[in-house]
Amino acid sequence: MSRAAPILTVLLAIVVIWYLAAIGMNAQWAQDQAARAGTELSTQALIADTMTQDRPVLPTPHQVAVGLWDGLAGQAITSKRSLVWHGWVTLAATLAGFGIGSAAGILLAIGIVHDRAMDQSVMPWAVASQTVPILAIAPMVIVVFASAGVTGLLPKAIISAWLSFFPVLVGMVKGLRTPDAMQLDLMRSWSASRAQIFWRLRLPSAMPYLFASLKVAIAASLVGAIVGELPAGATSGLGARLLSGSYYGQTIQIWSALFTAAALAAILVAAVALVERITLRRMGLAR
Amino acid sequence: MDLTINRGEFVSFIGPSGCGKTTFLRAIAALETPTGGSLTVNGMTPDQARRARAYGYVFQAPGLYPWRTIAGNIALPLEIMGFSKADRRERVERVLGLVELDGFGGKYPWQLSGGMQQRASIARALAFDADILLMDEPFGALDEIVRDRLNEALLDLWAKTGKTIGFVTHSIPEAVYLSTRIVVMSPRPGRITDVIESTLPRERPLDIRDTPEFIAIAHRVREGLRAGHADEA
Repeated sequence: MSRAAPILTVLLAIVVIWYLAAIGMNAQWAQDQAARAGTELSTQALIADTMTQDRPVLPTPHQVAVGLWDGLAGQAITSKRSLVWHGWVTLAATLAGFGIGSAAGILLAIGIVHDRAMDQSVMPWAVASQTVPILAIAPMVIVVFASAGVTGLLPKAIISAWLSFFPVLVGMVKGLRTPDAMQLDLMRSWSASRAQIFWRLRLPSAMPYLFASLKVAIAASLVGAIVGELPAGATSGLGARLLSGSYYGQTIQIWSALFTAAALAAILVAAVALVERITLRRMGLAR
Repeated sequence: MDLTINRGEFVSFIGPSGCGKTTFLRAIAALETPTGGSLTVNGMTPDQARRARAYGYVFQAPGLYPWRTIAGNIALPLEIMGFSKADRRERVERVLGLVELDGFGGKYPWQLSGGMQQRASIARALAFDADILLMDEPFGALDEIVRDRLNEALLDLWAKTGKTIGFVTHSIPEAVYLSTRIVVMSPRPGRITDVIESTLPRERPLDIRDTPEFIAIAHRVREGLRAGHADEA
């Protein structure tokens, strides 16, 4: 209870601020409507109205909750209005992008650590790739793939991988370089090959770094997948829900999709953290 | 400098920081390339000797892998060198016995004290039966009580295995207590100021350090170290 109290206090504060903001932001529209109808709104009626609009500037927490519930549980999961279905579409692209991105990051890191030329040439390009706004890249990737006849999951996964390879690359370069001079000298004194040094010393040493960067990468993958859905004609996925919501002023729909994405990110990061705990404990690195 | 180390000797290198004693040991191990002169290890170049697994090297820190058990750590060089699984197990058991760590093979490094970890690292250097054991201040990070105990154990180990041992240290009593020969070095430029043949018997209980003979040798080492500094002061 003593640990739950501060968390609940913060949560309660956020909800209260949210309600106050909703009343303030939605009041203008309510008053415009009343003025147009030639009526005068009492304070009580005004507050009630700000909480029940169809397209509020800022929906109240309970409206979002209802929208979320309806999207998650109120629809058949094959329905185009189901957040489960849209979430699944995004999740598939996220996981594919995470796989591609992590593999690319790990392979590039291995190259950088073992090859002088790669060490000096790859990193500037990797950094440059991350300074280009992903929103500018995404449509080009979609268009290029579409012209080759590839649509759907793969182009989204590529955009997702674009964001997720970088943290893995940086973490793995650092991790593969953690063994100190003495440990490398020991290996040398045994005339160990590079492959033996990699599998027996560098890779195990890098595991804590790998998992730390995988947690960042999987969240970035989700962002990439959602961004990849925006220019794709917006038919499926959480990104599509966000886009169509903004087209039609369906703010409740936008917020519901946002919360679904946030929950999805939390679940994915927690899943990586679980694998991390099991792996490191089995390796004897966590106790 | 000109020096020949015979098979089965226990040679200590002592001198202030920067005199090149560690560099010399690393050159023997082919971890460092000498800028000049000739150096042969068992009649080979240091690099050939390294490939022929002529030596085991013990550093100041144990350098055990936290993700491997003690037995797994000792088996590491054996895996790299391609020993069979049964052979590995038999060797690990044997060297664990040599450093008196029987029964600790299944423990992880963090479950052992600093002294025990260093003994495990010595076991690792012994596991593949190299003729030469090179030790670079192996007990430098340990407290004096543990150090005494390990010095005694090392002499015992040396008597049992008959290895040639090259030992770098900062400590005069440690060098005198362990060695059959003490090489005193001085810095800038690194050179040998004195080579002392120990007159102490091979059998050395810890209280040998209170005998006049021991004190005389320690005195000579100290003189040698001072001579190396004389032209600086």
